[in-house]
Amino acid sequence: MFYREAGQYKTSYAADQQIFPIRQDRIGIAVILVIALLLPLAASEFMLSAIAIPFLVLALATIGLNILTGYAGQLSLGTGAFMGVGAYSCYKLVTIFPEVNVIVHILLSGTFAAAAGVVFGLPSLRIKGLYLAVTTLAAQFFLEWCFIRIPWLYNYNSSGAIEVPGREVFGTLITGPAASGTARYYVVLAIVVVMTLLIKNLIRGRVGRQWMMIRDMDIAAELMGVRPLIAKLSAFAVSSYVCGVAGAMFVFFYLGASEPAVFSITLSFQVLFMAIIGGLGSLVGSFFGAAFIWILPILLRVGLPALGVDVAAETVFQVAQMVIGALIIFFLIVEPHGLARLWAIGKEKLRVWPFPYA
Amino acid sequence: MRMRTLLAGSVLVGLAASFAAPALAEDSVYIQLPTYRTGPYAGSGIHIANGMSDYLAMINERDGGVNGVKIAFDECETGYDTQKGVECYEQAKAKNTLVFNPWSTGITLQVIPKSSVDKIPVLSMAYGLSAAADGNTFPWVFNPPDTYWDGLSAIIKYIGDQEGGMEGLKGKKIGYIFLDAGYGREPIPLLDNLAQKYGFEVLQYPVPGKEMQNQSSQWLSIRRDRPDYVVMWGWGAMNPTAVKEAVKNRFDMSKFIGVWWAGGDEDARAGGAGAKGYKSVSFNNVGADYPALQDIKKLVVDAGKSHTPANTVGENLYNRGVVNAVYMVEAIRIAQEMTGKKVINAEDMRVGLENLKIDEARLEAIGLKGMIAPIEITCANHSGHHSLFIQEWDGEKWTPATDWFSPMTEEVTPILMQASKDYATSNAPWPTREDACPAN
Repeated sequence: MFYREAGQYKTSYAADQQIFPIRQDRIGIAVILVIALLLPLAASEFMLSAIAIPFLVLALATIGLNILTGYAGQLSLGTGAFMGVGAYSCYKLVTIFPEVNVIVHILLSGTFAAAAGVVFGLPSLRIKGLYLAVTTLAAQFFLEWCFIRIPWLYNYNSSGAIEVPGREVFGTLITGPAASGTARYYVVLAIVVVMTLLIKNLIRGRVGRQWMMIRDMDIAAELMGVRPLIAKLSAFAVSSYVCGVAGAMFVFFYLGASEPAVFSITLSFQVLFMAIIGGLGSLVGSFFGAAFIWILPILLRVGLPALGVDVAAETVFQVAQMVIGALIIFFLIVEPHGLARLWAIGKEKLRVWPFPYA
Repeated sequence: MRMRTLLAGSVLVGLAASFAAPALAEDSVYIQLPTYRTGPYAGSGIHIANGMSDYLAMINERDGGVNGVKIAFDECETGYDTQKGVECYEQAKAKNTLVFNPWSTGITLQVIPKSSVDKIPVLSMAYGLSAAADGNTFPWVFNPPDTYWDGLSAIIKYIGDQEGGMEGLKGKKIGYIFLDAGYGREPIPLLDNLAQKYGFEVLQYPVPGKEMQNQSSQWLSIRRDRPDYVVMWGWGAMNPTAVKEAVKNRFDMSKFIGVWWAGGDEDARAGGAGAKGYKSVSFNNVGADYPALQDIKKLVVDAGKSHTPANTVGENLYNRGVVNAVYMVEAIRIAQEMTGKKVINAEDMRVGLENLKIDEARLEAIGLKGMIAPIEITCANHSGHHSLFIQEWDGEKWTPATDWFSPMTEEVTPILMQASKDYATSNAPWPTREDACPAN
């Protein structure tokens, strides 16, 4: 009844090709954006710093992995390491060129991650599937080893960790300990929204279609004139770029300082689970997945005691883990293609509501 | 309609009452304890967590808090994971914790820059950033009673004593097996300095965090290299594995010395009878015969108000958790005296920590005389380079192997000051201390 496109006529190519062809979708996105913009007015510092910022950053990392695994079909277990490359190169850039705007550094640091991604993506031209997962695993271990063993990367700190210095943009402190949650949140939101928009267009265009052709059947794609070298390596490059930017933001806007252990295989799996739960090959799914894996446990941990259920901290922690595990299995049984597919089904149902014809 | 208004009204009143209730409660201060009872470091973390919360619970039970102010505390499970650590810190900040005890070097490093901005003191008892001992640069961070560098220098001093004086170290080979992370790497610069000064050779055996439980390659190298002594910087599952491997490789256990975090009872017990002779440096004695621990047993553990298994009260890591809680409670007491307030806030707590002084008389009053050495923190020195001792595993329990002795402060201070200066410059603009320490 409300969600119908009847009567919405497209009279130009531009109108026909827009990202959200249905008016209700455009209204929905606008409402979400307004809520996101107004969130700092209502949310506490805890909500911004511990929930909203990491959620957005991890959603971006999930988008990065989704490009590679969901759209181009190349399984990767090296996401954590590529995020680490972004974080460490951003740290080096910020300390070497302190006068340059830190946002420029964050966007630049992705290119280093992209370079690393291309190098470790080379084997993908010869091997596929689980075998490729093993080589990306090698990237994970090798890069993590570098973060520990190359002291130049952390400026010979005795602590072996990278620390985020305070930097201002337009007179507002946006990184470092003194930056307010609101300032950090807006920067993260802006970067994530702009990058998501760019990725969306990339995927709708020629490059994205090539990736999907490679994913669906690489031989057929090659016969139709898609060059696997370019398509696969560009997928690795773009994916690692996005992951690198996410990694830099993870340290600069969320953690504040980080040891190499942050970028361990655990992070790679965390992001991979977000991509799978959310739905491979879906941008909105990346946000769903990140919300599911990041926000739900926090809500359970904060929510259970607030409801008056008085249990020990570690019990809450373990219960949250078990509930998440059970929900993952439940959702994957109900819909193997992830939350994004559930969302799509819901939208289809809504279109014919209240008079379903089937 | 009236019915509905009435209902809504009564619900609102009920809600308001439930929110107002805590405000009417007795005077209390809040401390969040970030702990880890899950994950690969839980083996060490559980005892620490038990010790801390049991002591605070005992103070509430026996004395009704500190000068009548109850200590409200709860735990936040970090799993030793830095992501969760940030979350716990944000929660603690929102609930106005008096002090934050990260119990993880990684989390400590994250919260150090935030502490001066959020005005929450960080108490990292004998872990974290060694350089934070410089109170002039790090007014909000405290790492009593000793830094890692103090611990290492004490171990080398002890080895020197075994070899008949520091000149006996010449030409010796000392193996250093460590957790390959910031924690294990921090002592290396000092170890290299000392090696140069006393003419011994250092052999490094890093253990990656994810291979903590598989150290066969490191111990094979140790067997091949035949170092005269092995020093260990481990935590969590790394420790029992190392002790087991050392026993398996027939390494002379009396020449295997761990830092204080490698001195858990379960760490040594893992080696079975062969672990006899394993040593670790320590700043607290074991045993449950101290009056304060007896009170914990009586009022908290035996009364069923804690999850602590009764037989672990008095173990090394449990007692260390108690020490951490003692520091907090004494700091609250001192802060109350100095500010004249009963319910102090985090800024007062910082003052309390900075003037923390527990002398023999006070230890007697607390009921822990002999368990720890007296300590004193000053404005300029937030660690204090306090005396340590070496303890030895006799197959059943830890026993002191030496008297209390002081670390090589003269070796530690210069590199500590240098490190704190480096930290401040690399994190420029680093906030300067608002109230300068009196020069003395």
